Amino acid sequence: MNPNLLERVRARLASEGREAEFAHGLLALSLPRPALLDTVRLLKDEFGFDLFLDVTAVDWPGRDPRFDVVFHFYSTRDHVRVRLKTAVPEKDPVVDSLVPLYGSAAFMERECHDMYGIVFRGNDDLRPILLYEGFQGHPLRKDYPKEREQPLVRYRE
Amino acid sequence: MNQDDQKTGAFEYLTTRKDELVGWARKFSIFPYPFVTACCAMEFMSVSSTIYDTDRFGAALPRFSPRQSDLLMVVGTITHKQAPILKKVYEQMCEPKWVMAFGVCATSGGFYQNYAALQGIDKIIPVDVYIPGCPPRPESVIDGIMQLQDRIAGSKHPIINETF
Ligand code: SF4
Repeated sequence: MNPNLLERVRARLASEGREAEFAHGLLALSLPRPALLDTVRLLKDEFGFDLFLDVTAVDWPGRDPRFDVVFHFYSTRDHVRVRLKTAVPEKDPVVDSLVPLYGSAAFMERECHDMYGIVFRGNDDLRPILLYEGFQGHPLRKDYPKEREQPLVRYRE
Repeated sequence: MNQDDQKTGAFEYLTTRKDELVGWARKFSIFPYPFVTACCAMEFMSVSSTIYDTDRFGAALPRFSPRQSDLLMVVGTITHKQAPILKKVYEQMCEPKWVMAFGVCATSGGFYQNYAALQGIDKIIPVDVYIPGCPPRPESVIDGIMQLQDRIAGSKHPIINETF
């Protein structure tokens, strides 16, 4: 257990365009896109955040850049969490894949790609995982019509 | 047995309508295929085990091959991704076959209306009995089974060709 860990992480990382603050008991970092891989490598190697919890996105229609991609990490030694956020525009929704650092990222990135259409550069298997081949659009984007269904089986008359 | 009966040959045969006989036999041997996908499964377990005991209606022995079953119990939410599987299972069942929509999800999509959920299995396969409830009480399931039994008992059962 290491109570000052988050404080140290914050002191180390709040620079070079990154902003850090505490929210709901975890450290939330916003960072520019190019800094992502280096920051995550630092978290993993230097601070021992060895468990990749999830990656998801937030859609802010009307905002530019439109999406936030959100990553969560956990340290199984110190039992603390860190959240990373990076903004990506609609035209070019690409971030670096974390597969080289965390193998488990592969499936979670596939899900995020299904639901929000975020492209993870370096993840070469972005086939649908929860959706199916042939599904058009990304259902968790705010502009996906909520009644739009894409059935695979012909309906009975 | 009474000596006289043996002498006169009473009880040696009895008459009935073929459809009634076959219907009576079939209504007490509904082998279900549980197509269980979601939370309704809990209620399915409850209704098929000791306290409610669907075995009383001859409908407790689950067959995990569609080819051996008579009743397709669709228990839970069916998504569009799942729909082709459900359809294939239905097509593999031998006649005579019946379908039960167990819970509102299978009946109409329930409270789901989005990109994922099929709005009722009757969009893709014919359904004989719908059971409302989220999840349905075991009593309603038993009521559904009994309604299905009545329906089986009262319908025609062609066994040689379409007319007989
Ligand atoms: S009807 Fe209710 S309990 Fe049954 S599968 Fe749907 S949500 Fe679950």
